[in-house]
Amino acid sequence: MNNKRITVKNMTDKEYFFGHKACAGCGGSLAVRLALKVFGDRTFAALPAGCMSAVGFIYPQMAFLNNAIISTFPGTGSMLSGMRAGLDALGIKDTHVVGFAGDGGTADIGLQALSGAIDREEKIIYICYDNEAYMNTGVQKSSLTPYGARTTTSPAGENLPGSVMHKKNLFEIVAAHDIAYAATASVGYPQDYLNKLSKAALVEGTSYIHIYATCPTGWGTPTETSVSLAKEAVDSGLWYLAEYENGEFTLNRRPKEFFPVKEHLLKQGRFKHLKDSDIRIIEEARDKKWKRMLEHWK
Amino acid sequence: MMHNHKNESVFVSGDEAVALGVRLSRPHVISAYPITPQTIVVERLSEMVEDGSLVARYIHVESEHSAMSAAMGASSVGARAFTATSSQGLLYMAEGLHYASGGRMPIVMMNANRSLALPWSIFGDHRDSMSMLDSGWIQVYVEDAQEALDMTIQAYRIAEDSSVLTPLMINLDGFILTHTYELVEVPPQEEVDSYLPPFSTPNKMSLEDPKSMGFSTSPADNMEFKYQQHKAMMDSREVIKQADKEYAEIFGRSYNGLIDCYQCDNAEYILVTAGSVTGTARVAVDSMRSKGIKAGVLRIRFMRPFPEQEVRNTLAGAASYGVLDKDISFGYEGTMFTNVNSALSGTAHIPRGINFIGGLGGRDISVQDIEEMFEALRLCPAHDYTEYRKNRIRFVNMGVSIHE
Ligand SMILES: Cc1ncc(C[n+]2csc(CCOP(=O)(O)OP(=O)(O)O)c2C)c(N)n1
Ligand code: SF4
Ligand SMILES: [Mg+2]
Repeated sequence: MNNKRITVKNMTDKEYFFGHKACAGCGGSLAVRLALKVFGDRTFAALPAGCMSAVGFIYPQMAFLNNAIISTFPGTGSMLSGMRAGLDALGIKDTHVVGFAGDGGTADIGLQALSGAIDREEKIIYICYDNEAYMNTGVQKSSLTPYGARTTTSPAGENLPGSVMHKKNLFEIVAAHDIAYAATASVGYPQDYLNKLSKAALVEGTSYIHIYATCPTGWGTPTETSVSLAKEAVDSGLWYLAEYENGEFTLNRRPKEFFPVKEHLLKQGRFKHLKDSDIRIIEEARDKKWKRMLEHWK
Repeated sequence: MMHNHKNESVFVSGDEAVALGVRLSRPHVISAYPITPQTIVVERLSEMVEDGSLVARYIHVESEHSAMSAAMGASSVGARAFTATSSQGLLYMAEGLHYASGGRMPIVMMNANRSLALPWSIFGDHRDSMSMLDSGWIQVYVEDAQEALDMTIQAYRIAEDSSVLTPLMINLDGFILTHTYELVEVPPQEEVDSYLPPFSTPNKMSLEDPKSMGFSTSPADNMEFKYQQHKAMMDSREVIKQADKEYAEIFGRSYNGLIDCYQCDNAEYILVTAGSVTGTARVAVDSMRSKGIKAGVLRIRFMRPFPEQEVRNTLAGAASYGVLDKDISFGYEGTMFTNVNSALSGTAHIPRGINFIGGLGGRDISVQDIEEMFEALRLCPAHDYTEYRKNRIRFVNMGVSIHE
């Protein structure tokens, strides 16, 4: 494998995920595209039902240059395990076995299979592109939908502010398996993501990257702000860049001062209805999380 | 016929016979989750992997859904995969069953036939596999441990045939077959290797020829895939017969293809069975024959592809036939009965048929029960039509029938 630091400037011109039907400004497709540029030709990918498989495998127009397969919605982790076992048993060397699954496919229906794969210490890379709802089925709430987000199953109205649950703490749930390598990332910080992809490519056991991935269609945001919004999410402290390795958590970015949450949220259709009291709830949850992270993480 | 003399005879259970057959078939990947009465298969296989007598990856999956999903992952890169399950586990992997057949992945699975909850029961009937009849898997029902071993080896030959590429489910009656010890001949590895070449398929992801698999289709394309899937299953009928023939040539054992008949040639009353109850039925046939009653048994080996022609040819000349289902499609009748009736439809003379629903949740079916079935078959042609229709669906051993 290549040990040189991969940057936006020196990365391959080769495209592995193109001609697909993702919406303009889709953060998920950017996450897949960049990852495959790092992992390269010897990649075997599995994608469960979800936007990325829906836009990438429409017969007869396949969007992947490398080997790729749609897994069942709950079965990404287990299909990856089978692919890895099969490749190893056949003596096919130097391969990457990579999953790209949405937040629903990872944190909800696919959590059991993901947990099993991590527990078995399979040499696979699992990437969760988190667009914070079930997008492919028309924006329904998942357990990674944040507080206050309006989805089609967490409508905002007189009585409810949209989702009343906060995001499931999936990164730490994954880390609790004592996984070889786990990280969070954001399509707003591509270099950080590229670094983590490069690291994951070298890991002997299982690695997991949870990337915050904007969805203009589901979030009600302009297509051209997908990258800046994903950056702002980190800067406002609503998302964070971190790693878990050798039993320790590391924060890769500690904003000195948070970008104003209200300003960030109100740019998004899904949060337009939020009252100041809701914003305070979101800020409090953020502060609690950051206090813990700053105290306990490197 | 070339008989080898290197055969080893072992005293094993049906589950163990399957495990021995799996080892001889040299799978690359085994992924399975335990459930009674399948467990012994996976226990033996993991022991074989541990002691090195089976070189395969054993994946300890966290559910049956994952067992099938992992088997599909292995198959998608061209590896030979095996899994085994039963009952609730089979249902839990239902999504994967359709997925594997649609993806034309020739996975072989052993299913220990067991009742479905509720009420909970670990004992045998056919409701699990019959409810998966439409999942696109070839389904074979074996009768004893020897057939279980032989069919495991044949299963890969059939499933991996380039004109078939369809997964195959080997069904063994829970406990009656899975846990009963019998003397089984184990063929030598070299001969199995010559019968079963390594898995090779163009339908896989590979570095030489990267592919996208498991894709989606529009309404404009979907039916072509489903048609091909159906055609492959229909074509598998000849492959099954050929696999049996070649197996007989090398190993000296034949199972006659899709169905297996006992005393059917001039039989007036034929009982259709599947699985282990057939042995009991043969004893009943002998006893009927000793009383001068021309009874016979037609054992359905393959439920899919369905042996339509064989069933029709065998039953068309009978005075009446019975179908013994260890299954019921609630609100109608036993699934085998429906299939047998459908095979007979359109023939000039359709004999009268009675559906015997029995053995649910592991209830015993005795020789006497089957003799009574033959008695009923003997009487039914003479009954007036209304009377016959009234008692067409009968629950064995309960004194009940469903009145239309
Ligand atoms: C077993 C099963 N349940 C439900 C579905 C329907 N389904 C397909 S994609 C999807 C949403 C996927 O959401 P997510 O994983 O977040 O990916 P996204 O579409 O947002 O990219 C759902 C609910 C399915 N395909 N399979
Ligand atoms: S709906 Fe969202 S996640 Fe799906 S393709 Fe469009 S932008 Fe991407
Ligand atoms: Mg999503």
